[in-house]
Amino acid sequence: MSEALVFYFLAGLAIMASALVIGQRNPMYSVLLLIASFGALAGLYIQLDAPFVAVAQIIIYAGAIMVLFLFVVMLLNAPQEDAAGWDRSHPLRRPGMSRIGALLALLLVVQLAWAVLSMSGVEAPAGTGGDAVSSVRALGRTLFTDYVFAFEATSILILVAMIGAVMLARREGDEA
Amino acid sequence: MIPLGHYLIVSAVLFAIGSAGVFLRRNLITILLSVEIMLNAVNLTFVAFGRQHGTVDGQIVVFFVMTVAAAEAAVGLAIVIALYRHRESLNPDAFTALRW
Repeated sequence: MSEALVFYFLAGLAIMASALVIGQRNPMYSVLLLIASFGALAGLYIQLDAPFVAVAQIIIYAGAIMVLFLFVVMLLNAPQEDAAGWDRSHPLRRPGMSRIGALLALLLVVQLAWAVLSMSGVEAPAGTGGDAVSSVRALGRTLFTDYVFAFEATSILILVAMIGAVMLARREGDEA
Repeated sequence: MIPLGHYLIVSAVLFAIGSAGVFLRRNLITILLSVEIMLNAVNLTFVAFGRQHGTVDGQIVVFFVMTVAAAEAAVGLAIVIALYRHRESLNPDAFTALRW
């Protein structure tokens, strides 16, 4: 019973924080709320017997990626969204194409709900998992045997991303 | 025990929120944050299904998604900084050089 309470609390926190991320006009608040959402998701990962993923979520997402976002928000110092006049109106009343966008988003929600509800075995408890899923030893063994090629390819991805970020953010003119 | 469907519903709602953010917001940084929300929704699905099937493969995919998200954030924010230098604006409507 208490497990269900914790689940509903964490899920509600994650959804509320994410919805508020979209609702804020100031990107600083958006980033801080997204950190709260990621913390709630880490709690859900712990409930799903994935403690290592939860720790990685806190360290990598909340710790590294969000700090990068915060750094850029502060660096650019453009807190307010510079909106056109029509931007303050309700999305469904905007002119032209954005109305179709809102409609497509609604369609996506309906489709996702239908897909979840029509799937068989949805009411079954989410597995017992147990030691096989939660052990970091099994995780590392699989990562460095079955997925070793993807792991090595990831290092090239990070190298390319690093070079690309340096090249893009460099000021034009300083060739040194 | 929490049914698998509950986790999938939370994930679907988070993904819908993220995609709505991409469509509705007029700020490049908020759009990148919405993409992160969508990536996290998918991560939750992977972990839930991985536990359902009793394998660690789902969690391993999550690690790769996190790595790609980190690379995407680094490159995306570098592009945002470069764009802001050119136009002094974060509004995606201000960047129309590739529009025909």
